[in-house]
Amino acid sequence: MDKKTHMILLCCLLLILIGNFIFPKWLTFLFNISLAKAFIVLGLVILMRVGLVSFGQGLYYCIGGYVAGICQKFFGINDFFMILLIGIFISLIVSFLLGLLLCNYRDIFFAMFTLAFSMILYGIIVKTETLGSTDGFNVKLPTYFTISSSFATGKFLILLITILIAYFVIIYIRKFFNSELGYISLSTKENEIRVEYLGISPKIVIFINYSLAAILATVGGALTAFVSGHVDPDMAYWTTSGEFVFVALLGGTMHVIAPFIASILFEFIHMYAYDISPNTWQIILGSILLLIIIFLPRGLWSIGEIFRKKEVKDASNS
Amino acid sequence: MNILVILLDGLVYSSWLFIVSTGLTLIYGVMRILNMAHGSMYAIGAYTAATIVGIYFNHGFVPWGSYFFFISGAMFAGIIAGLLIERGILRIMYGSDEVIMILVTYAILLILEDVIKFIWGVEGYFAYQPYTYLGRSHIFGISFTNYDLYLIIVAAIIGVILWLWLNKTRFGKLLIAVINDQEISVAMGINVTKVYIITFAIGCMLGALAGGLTAPGISIVPGMGIQIIIVAFAVVVIGGLGSIGGALIGSLLVGMARAFAVHLFPQIELFVIYGVMALVLAIRPHGLFVRAKVRKI
Repeated sequence: MDKKTHMILLCCLLLILIGNFIFPKWLTFLFNISLAKAFIVLGLVILMRVGLVSFGQGLYYCIGGYVAGICQKFFGINDFFMILLIGIFISLIVSFLLGLLLCNYRDIFFAMFTLAFSMILYGIIVKTETLGSTDGFNVKLPTYFTISSSFATGKFLILLITILIAYFVIIYIRKFFNSELGYISLSTKENEIRVEYLGISPKIVIFINYSLAAILATVGGALTAFVSGHVDPDMAYWTTSGEFVFVALLGGTMHVIAPFIASILFEFIHMYAYDISPNTWQIILGSILLLIIIFLPRGLWSIGEIFRKKEVKDASNS
Repeated sequence: MNILVILLDGLVYSSWLFIVSTGLTLIYGVMRILNMAHGSMYAIGAYTAATIVGIYFNHGFVPWGSYFFFISGAMFAGIIAGLLIERGILRIMYGSDEVIMILVTYAILLILEDVIKFIWGVEGYFAYQPYTYLGRSHIFGISFTNYDLYLIIVAAIIGVILWLWLNKTRFGKLLIAVINDQEISVAMGINVTKVYIITFAIGCMLGALAGGLTAPGISIVPGMGIQIIIVAFAVVVIGGLGSIGGALIGSLLVGMARAFAVHLFPQIELFVIYGVMALVLAIRPHGLFVRAKVRKI
């Protein structure tokens, strides 16, 4: 990442942080929740770079949220880092087992299989009364190394933590995209058999990308649970996963920051559409999705690309 | 619990699943589009049927005549909606990746969800008269509504008509040619666009028919299409996408599994449908009735 991008990223994140003291509470909440959800979207973007679309990323999103809730409710663990580690550990086990199976599937079969797994979790949670069934249950704000805080400071701390994680995730996932494995992932999308002829197993590439996406979704799920203060089985329902796919397409796969911008944009559209006309929210969502697929198949990020190409063209003409 | 009751209950549910999923698998088989908007067709069919039943019984006409009107009304609504979607949006998207087509139809599903709310409002609809008119039967000491039992016969009739249409008519043969090789079919003078339009309209009609037939037995509420499509996916993926025979076996598997779960282990009712789907996909990656494709460079 060059210095300029780095500075812009830092400034944006700092602005959100400082905004906590200036902006109204709802706006800070909106930023926080969209940053948390952007991790799941980033996971989807990682999968899209290998040429796979998951309609079941809600599985790990839900695991992240429920692990946070269960740790607090049944085991008395309230430490943020402990909860996050447990969540990541569980999602690693789940993604290891499912990844072994899923790395053999492509296209719609991958989409359908991931969907089946998330719906299985949905089915289990809905019927489990101790986990609040369809209502879910509330999640408290966490402590940090046994330091507990008041509600207002707790809200600020969770925002700070989200921003810090976002910062490091952006830096390291960017590095991953530009690493050997990152480029092999792209080639796997282009032509798997050629990758195989070069001596690399596409299955292992897919497996690693899948696990990475799972971890990101779990982190996102845990953060969302803390920020919103509630978990329910809808986190694993297929429409939730569908929404994440929508946001991933909105941002596109061209830059690691795109999912974060798209996520913030999505939450804003969501809020205003619900506010102005609650019954047209899905029409707006569907129409934007159609327009993106037809006119901007590489996401909103490609708008910048189009302008840059135009500038180059104009410069070469003159 | 009498096992025969469970089997009969499973058979009723399977018949319903078969009607819901045949249209979906037909469209995929011919056009390679896994049509998420099929859920909306189901909802449109159900709402149309409920509206017609409401008007019909308000006028005090003879009850048995209602069946013809609400069923054909639902089918007609399905055809119209199908034609609008195919000509309006899908036409420009042909040739895209299968996953992109899922997303396109997902967008259509979202849009139609709200369009349905615009037309019919957000209040629930009831069209119970055709359901109760047929009365009840007592089988093995358990009371079944006759309407549900007739559904088994209707599903069988739909299956037979589809089989005859695909295997014994000229259009069916054209369809099989298009499925196997679209380019050669064009070269041979088959109007592939026309084949696509007709297939999509008939697929949508089947979806709306399923909704229309279910309408009398349920309360029709917004969001029903989103719930249904996911079950229909499970059925067609189990059987093998694009195979009518597969849809039949998939419906029976899911229907029976659910019936056993509901009667014996109610806790796993929701889990079992997707459990069966995951199990079948793990063993037969392309479903029960479809062979894996040869990889091409």
